This record gives sequence, C-alpha cells and structure tokens, in this order.
Amino acid sequence: MSSVQRGGNSLGRIFRVPLVLALVTAFGLLSALLGDDIWDVLSWLTMVVPLAVIGYYWMRKR
Amino acid sequence: MMKQASIRRWFWVHKWTSLISTLFLLLLCVTGLPLIFHDEIDHALGDDASVSALPASTPHLDLDKLAATAKQLHPDQVIRFVSFDQDEQPDAVFFSLAPKVDSPPNVFTNVTLDARTAQAITNPSEGFIKIIYNLHTDLFVGLPGKLFLGFMGLLLLASLVSGTVLYAPFMRKLAFGTVRKNKTKRIRWLDLHNLLGVATLLWLLVVGGTGVINCCAELVFQYWQFDQIGAMAAPYRDKPAVTEPGSLEKALQTARAAAPDMRPRIVAYPGTFVSSKQHYMVFMAGNTPLTKKLGKPLLIDATTAQLTDMRDSPLYLTALLISQPLHFGDYGGMPFKILWALFDVIAIIVLGSGVYLWWKKRRLSIDARLADLDREIDLGGGAAGAVR
Repeated sequence: MSSVQRGGNSLGRIFRVPLVLALVTAFGLLSALLGDDIWDVLSWLTMVVPLAVIGYYWMRKR
Repeated sequence: MMKQASIRRWFWVHKWTSLISTLFLLLLCVTGLPLIFHDEIDHALGDDASVSALPASTPHLDLDKLAATAKQLHPDQVIRFVSFDQDEQPDAVFFSLAPKVDSPPNVFTNVTLDARTAQAITNPSEGFIKIIYNLHTDLFVGLPGKLFLGFMGLLLLASLVSGTVLYAPFMRKLAFGTVRKNKTKRIRWLDLHNLLGVATLLWLLVVGGTGVINCCAELVFQYWQFDQIGAMAAPYRDKPAVTEPGSLEKALQTARAAAPDMRPRIVAYPGTFVSSKQHYMVFMAGNTPLTKKLGKPLLIDATTAQLTDMRDSPLYLTALLISQPLHFGDYGGMPFKILWALFDVIAIIVLGSGVYLWWKKRRLSIDARLADLDREIDLGGGAAGAVR
C-alpha cells in the first residue's frame, strides 16, 4: 500500500483507489445488464473487488 | 485543501441528511435483503406461480377464453392488465383485476392462469414477499408513502455526496484503507465507516438513485399516458369510451404482426391509466438482455383490433425501465444476487456505524468536534507516519 506523502495526501491521491473501485463496480453493474453468460461472469468477478478490498483492510492485522 | 468553515458546512449536511433518513434507510436495506431473493423465497414458501407439468408442445388456449375464466373467478371485478413472462413462466398468463377500471393503482386482485388448461395457479402476490414489498415501496399507504420514501432516497444521495466530500479531509494523512485498530473503538469505527462507505460508493449511488426514480414510477406512467398515449389516440378524442372491449386474442395477433421481432409483455385495457378509453395498449418488449427491459407501446383499437399507432418509448420511460433491474439486482444470476446482498449488508453497517459515531459525540459542539477532527487527523498522521 502506498504511504502518506509529507504534508498530506493530494486530492488525486486520496480518491485514486475509490475512483478505481467505482469504475470497477460500474463495469460490473452494466455488464450483467447488457449481456448474458460471459458478461454475467465478468460482472461477478468485478463486483467482488470492492467487497474483497473491504475484507482485506478490515481483517488486516495492524 | 478545504477550509474549516467549509468542512463545518458539509459536516452539517452529512449529519442531518443522515440522521433524518437513517431509520427509514435501515428499513429499506433490511426489507430489500429478502426482495433480492424474491423468486427463491416465493418458491420455497410455495407462493410462486408454478404451472403443472405438461408436454412442452401443449398448445395455449385462446386468450379470450382465459380472460373469461379470470373474470368468472371475480365476477364483481374487471380486468385491467394482462401480463406475460416469457423467460420465467412462458405457460402462465397474469391477470390483474380491480373493482372498477379507474380504481387506484394499488387496489388490485391478481389471477394467474395456466395458459394451456385455464387452471388458476397459486397467487404469488398474497404471500410473505408481497408484505415485504409493500413495506419497501410504500409503507402500506400508497402514493404518499412512495413519495416519502423517495424523499428519504434524496436525503441519502445528499448524505453520500457530503460524505464523499468529507472523506478528503479525513484521509489527508491516512493511506487508503487505514483502519486504526490500536486506537479507541470510536476511531476504529470512524475508519471503517469511511472505508466501507467509499468502497461501495458507486453501488450506494446507483441503488439510491434508481430507488428514487422508481418511487416516481406512478407519476412517470401518468405523465407518459398524458404525453404519449394521448397523442397516439388523438384521432379518437371525440369517440365514446369503450366499456365492452372486443377480442384480446385478435388485438395481440395485430400486435405480434406489427412488431414481429418483439414479444408482448403487458396489455392494458381501455380506460386504465396507461391506455386510452378506446384502445388496448400492448407494450412489446425485445429479445436481447437489454431490449427485454425496454420496449415500445402499441395502441390497438379495442373494437376493431386494428393498429392505431406504434411508437418508441420516450427517454424518460426508458430511464424508468432501466432503473428497475438496477435497483433490485435480480438480473445477473444467483452469484450476482449474493454479491448484491453483501453490498446491502455493507450499507447496513455504514448506516449503523454512522449512528454510532454521532451518538458517541452528540453532546460536543461542532467546534469541539472539529478540534477533535484535527486531533484525529493528526493521530492518523502519526499512525501512518509510523508505518512509513
């Protein structure tokens, strides 16, 4: 994981990971809506990412 | 970075929009959970419309005969809508009846018939899921309940926007995903509230936004009737209302011939709020995963069974029809439903932790809180600094 910059994070840095997660979720929501079969599978694989990220940081030992 | 005064304003917005709506949003999240699995629960409780096993090639009966059967079951009511479900229940026909053709939309009796035998099938709308559905959509009080919940949805959207704005000052000295487990319980839950909220932000925005749109469905349909159906039926403006509509079967044959690559989804009888006084409105849907959810309305003269007009759905109706699956999450198979449920559980945790964070500090003034916030950010800086 990236460390914090001296003097605080820039907005771009703060929202970089949330933005990626939002794009990944959007892809998952749309691919299941617009397609079937392989697109459904792709949507499962992408929608699980934000949940896995939450699980990782929540359970991580610090 | 943000000024203190601006943080204070956003904090005020986040606190009040959340506090006012939390109780209702919790209700929506909790009742929404079983609704994701409505098909499975209906099936398990024996409430679903399962047709009896007959050879696959058994022909369907004439729709007029089926309509007569539905009416016989409720002689004091009239049919308002007929719908079909080609994917899940191709051999069932769903009738919706009401005491009068212009009874309020939430007054109805459903009759489901096996299209091959005209046998009534157990009514899916009377079961457990129906109660949960009402609680989720209108709190059992019809349109006012819907609009009220829609307003709660707007508060949720305001709370998500303000929460996202506040995420920046909170994370200024923390790396993404930091959960300070070695600090107080409150700080740990503050970090979790931020992490869970920001990681599921897009899902929360989509489900909240489409929920608000769905609340206005009734009004959108009424506007559509006024805007489109009225124009399509313009040549009939001065003709008398049809009280004894003609053959439903012939009307559907006309519809199938007019849009051969589409399938009938819903038929509205003359005089209902989505048709004219002289027409059957047949809503035809496409065959692909996306066009299945969209479609085009046809107006068919209820006396002669001739096509009067056929139009594409306007953009606002398309938006409404796309919002429905995006809100319920029942369009991507079972794994998708399970993921949807997990997102819903995360939303419950975000709501609950929000209340907890407010409760722990409810007696502090905003300025004391801001001083605290500074200290927390500094604490965060210290913690993150230690890692660096």
